Amino acid sequence: MTVPRGEVFGFLGPNGAGKTTSVKLLLGLLKPTSGHASLLGRPIGDLQTRRKIGYLPELFRYQGWLSAREVLALHCELAPLPRSSWKDEITSALETVGLTDRAGDRVSTFSKGMQQRLGLAAALLGEPELVFLDEPTSALDPVGRHDVREIIRGLASRGTAVFLNSHLLSEVEQVCDRVAVVDHGRVIASGTMDELLSGTAVKVRVTGLDGAGKGELAAFGNIDDEGDHLTFTNLKPDRVPELVSTIVGLGGKVFEVSPRHQTLEDRFLQLLEEEEK
Amino acid sequence: MPPTLVIARLTVQETSRRRLILALIILTLIVVGFSAWGFHKITTVTNSAGNTLPPEQVALITSQLLIVVTFMYSGVLALSAAVVAGPLISSEVESGLLLSMLARPVRRSEVVIGKWLGLAVLVALYAAGSALFELAAVDWATGYLPPHPVQLVLYVGAEGLVLLSLGLVLSTRLSGITGGVIALVAWLMGWIGGVVGDVGAGLQNQAVENVGVISHLILPTDLLWRGAIYAMEPDAFLATLRAAGTVARANPFAAVDPPPLPFLGWVVVWFGLMLALSIWSFRTREI
Repeated sequence: MTVPRGEVFGFLGPNGAGKTTSVKLLLGLLKPTSGHASLLGRPIGDLQTRRKIGYLPELFRYQGWLSAREVLALHCELAPLPRSSWKDEITSALETVGLTDRAGDRVSTFSKGMQQRLGLAAALLGEPELVFLDEPTSALDPVGRHDVREIIRGLASRGTAVFLNSHLLSEVEQVCDRVAVVDHGRVIASGTMDELLSGTAVKVRVTGLDGAGKGELAAFGNIDDEGDHLTFTNLKPDRVPELVSTIVGLGGKVFEVSPRHQTLEDRFLQLLEEEEK
Repeated sequence: MPPTLVIARLTVQETSRRRLILALIILTLIVVGFSAWGFHKITTVTNSAGNTLPPEQVALITSQLLIVVTFMYSGVLALSAAVVAGPLISSEVESGLLLSMLARPVRRSEVVIGKWLGLAVLVALYAAGSALFELAAVDWATGYLPPHPVQLVLYVGAEGLVLLSLGLVLSTRLSGITGGVIALVAWLMGWIGGVVGDVGAGLQNQAVENVGVISHLILPTDLLWRGAIYAMEPDAFLATLRAAGTVARANPFAAVDPPPLPFLGWVVVWFGLMLALSIWSFRTREI
């Protein structure tokens, strides 16, 4: 699996699939038991490579007794960036994440969302060539999530590769060029959005079907069962009449049938279900 | 600035911002004030004949009281070092604070050495500062100064560094509270081991005396405390102790001889071993 420069790459998977572990392995924070990987052409764990990398951890926490500006100065020093560039770097990063007004305040007074914004600012310092964002919007409100999407697009436009770990599929769908789906530590699918989402999903509102009846419908592929709403996550449109007649034959009452393009969530659920089989 | 020094500066800055330094300064000044008043009283008390004590007796009582007061200071230093070092790494691993820092070009060994260095500076400053104030107060109150004040500071400071190093090793694997408690219990056990060894020396029982030797090798805090005591004992008192023979050795607040040189060499090796163990332990820990 390769992530080229300038690409926004989504890394998806259910809880415990190994997303954060993969990022930590790539950053050299954990040692792999087998296999190999390289970052920016160098083996993982290489100290010099880390100069060109930004990282927002899933478990983000910064020194509460420092101000936001001091935290960023600390990261400039550890990066290490030339001291002459610190002021501009910090000002720009704070402005990008919308924390300029709170630059002098202690981090301990920040909300969780503001701390996540600060973590994002730290990851942006020094114009990194590769940025790892592990669940970057987990503590943000809708406005914050929109801002982060804009930041990610901005990074990609200047040629920075973004490795985005997330289980917010709509977010990934909006910003990623390519995705990989991981489960139990294994990549079960990868490709561009177009490649992954080539199928059609069909949503049916139906009543009068019991468990056995729904079981009969398995012949039409994976089903996301939400009670009266059944979503066939990958069904060709020409099979819709056959589906409806089967449901009616099983005693079901069909109120609505809406074919639509497969979403990432449909595809994600389909992949995980196939993996379980 | 190299990452080691950045981490060391950050450690000092944290204790300062969290007001630990301010609290220690205020408490030390209060203790110095009270002890100065107490030491001054020695010069004004009268004996059964209604006379104030002669200068030799004042010096003797002062020297013994100073040993007890210094024991309190070394206790505060050991306690502070253990409590601060206990969560030094573990709490930052648990909270995730180290994640973003270790993703920078920073080695784990630099984090360990930087944190040790930062706290070592504070331990040294506290040992030197508190000794300076306390000895100045005693000198003002009674005119007495211990024979080897510089050695006293070095021994007490080294005792704090031992606890700091032990706390740091523990903090690479255990939670802050667990590491701090273990370091404190180890300090007390080390002291008791030293006392048992003294009893063995007093009874001329080699097996019991070896308990003290082994405890000094495992955790040299008591050995360094004996060095501090020796640095505070006036010559006349030492002569009395030596004249009393082996019985005089069975006293946790007296030292007939300074710590032997090979033992002090072992303390240096011990510091190196603890730092190496801390680095290895943190390097092999998953974060």
